[in-house]
Amino acid sequence: MTLDRWIALIILLICLCYGYQAFFIMDLGLPPFMQRNPVWPSTFPKLLAVMGIMVSAAILLGLEKSDQTPAEGDINYRALGQYKTGQALALLSLMVAYAVLLRPAGFLVSTTGFLILGAVVLGERKFQYLIPIAVLAAGSVWYLVQVVLGIFLRPWPFFLGIG
Amino acid sequence: MIEGFMIGLSTAFSITNLLMVVGGCLIGTFIGMLPGLGPMSIIAIMIPVAISIGDPSTALILLAGVYYGAIFGGSTSSILINAPGVASTVATSFDGYPLARQGKAGKALTVAAIASFCGGTIGAVLLMIFAPMLASVALLFHSAEYFALMVVGLSAIAAFAGTGQVGKAALMTILGLIMATVGEGAMFNLPRFTMGIMDLQSGFGFITLAMAMFALPEALYLVLDPTRSKSGDSGSSGEIKDLRITHSEARAIAPVIGRQSIQGFLIGVLPGAGATIASFLGYAVERNIAPKDEQSQFGKGSLKGLAAPESANNAACTGSFVPLLTLGIPGSGTTAILLGALIALNVSPGPRLMVDQPQIFWSVIISMYLGNLILLVLNLPLIPYIAKVLLVPRNYLIPFILFFTLMGAYIGQNNATELLILVGFGVCATVLRFAKYPLAPLLIGFILGRMMEDNFARSMQLYDGINFIVARPMTMGLLFIAAVLVVLPSYRARLQAARAAKRD
Repeated sequence: MTLDRWIALIILLICLCYGYQAFFIMDLGLPPFMQRNPVWPSTFPKLLAVMGIMVSAAILLGLEKSDQTPAEGDINYRALGQYKTGQALALLSLMVAYAVLLRPAGFLVSTTGFLILGAVVLGERKFQYLIPIAVLAAGSVWYLVQVVLGIFLRPWPFFLGIG
Repeated sequence: MIEGFMIGLSTAFSITNLLMVVGGCLIGTFIGMLPGLGPMSIIAIMIPVAISIGDPSTALILLAGVYYGAIFGGSTSSILINAPGVASTVATSFDGYPLARQGKAGKALTVAAIASFCGGTIGAVLLMIFAPMLASVALLFHSAEYFALMVVGLSAIAAFAGTGQVGKAALMTILGLIMATVGEGAMFNLPRFTMGIMDLQSGFGFITLAMAMFALPEALYLVLDPTRSKSGDSGSSGEIKDLRITHSEARAIAPVIGRQSIQGFLIGVLPGAGATIASFLGYAVERNIAPKDEQSQFGKGSLKGLAAPESANNAACTGSFVPLLTLGIPGSGTTAILLGALIALNVSPGPRLMVDQPQIFWSVIISMYLGNLILLVLNLPLIPYIAKVLLVPRNYLIPFILFFTLMGAYIGQNNATELLILVGFGVCATVLRFAKYPLAPLLIGFILGRMMEDNFARSMQLYDGINFIVARPMTMGLLFIAAVLVVLPSYRARLQAARAAKRD
């Protein structure tokens, strides 16, 4: 089975769960005054669930001819080993770490770390350029967002206060 | 009218107001380039500054300049790094980013600047002529028509985004609509499909989803395949900075800009429709009416595909001032914030504004011409420098794209969970892209989903059921167009296949 049909199968399962929730669960706790309305919170989701099941089933059953030949410049998922998959996974992990550490480590530390480590993962070794650029970029964005625009971003780690 | 126009002219051309337009455009352009900060947030940030000015005309001129600048700035990040920070510039990235990857970033930014200028200017002329008349027409559109209009927009996108694979595009649209139902809706104050997770109470963030669908998969593609970023599939730095548009290109995009400026303006006039629907519909319409050989270029770097949404969204921004200034009804989130600013400045927009305070009404319209002109004059010389972003080495560019993607999602909601959602959706979007599922319909479905459900629910309540479709001929007509749009591509494809079989 090709990848697009596997995806159609997963979306079909999502639509089935979504439809089950809309048809059988959502209306259980509906207050009586809402039950007299011609439209319920579940009305639109019910329509979407039916449509989603129909269209995903059509793709799964191969009613639409699928085009799986990778175009020029496209990535062939069947040969992911030929690509820099390790670097991509490392960057994704770095993004997750950034998300987790942004608040406790503070914006300046986590952003500088993210930019330096991100470039290192991609093969950059000229630290004499990399470190000043990362520090300058993190500082400028923090200044623009917090000082100019007034959107709060804690600059330093939690143990140094919120300054 | 002439007298009011002259008063407006003298107000708009005062030194202070000219400085305000220039300042507003500059601020808007630079902050608008940051993904995550759309016109709505920038205007909200600028309101205290505008109110402190005191004079309503000057304040509104500043805010209008910021508005235009922010829309243009948003287009820049869409074109250069495929990170549309604003819903109305999503369609710009469909062809703008492929053009940048072909080494035509300078040309793409120039076309965007010119199309925005023409859209905004034509919109301002139309606003001046038709404002009072259009206000009454806009009131004929009820929730049923808005619902049908959105169905038309989504059908057009589903029909044309999938390049022959209507089923996949339709499935992505439905998935986007499904995602829009997560969280508390405006009509029903009940949390839906949140699975008990508090962070999902307000639904998924638009910017998070936009970044996950466009910027993150593109950055991952650049990482996976380094040959993609070696000169960006593109030419030399000279080519990237090249702004020139040939005569034949100008001839090709001129009618598109003309058509989409008018269509965009008319859509912008409808309260609730706004620049987002205008840009998507503009793109879909131009793709549909283009000759067969040009149709295949849409999504791969077509200048027409770039000019259409750019002119439509700017004209719609101007159009959205019609209901605001003549009826006091804000047509979009941004104009709602502008309305708040006007009220804070003791101005009551409505039918009497043109008569009681003509200097405000006309000076704002005239400052729109000025704003567009200033944007063009300011941005054209800057384009070679802005386009240089693409010449930054890959090892530096990719971490920065990822960082701006993360920042966009974080600033929008100020919630670190959004970043985890972004990474999760980004990985899913990359897998969908591997399998050639078009991602734009998903995002469009998500953006229009909530508005669509609200209008659907309102129509159902007003007409006590689904009979609003029969009761309102305009709704029925629009839904008929939507059905034709979905059926037409498959019918055409079958017809072609039958012809080819006959020939063989």
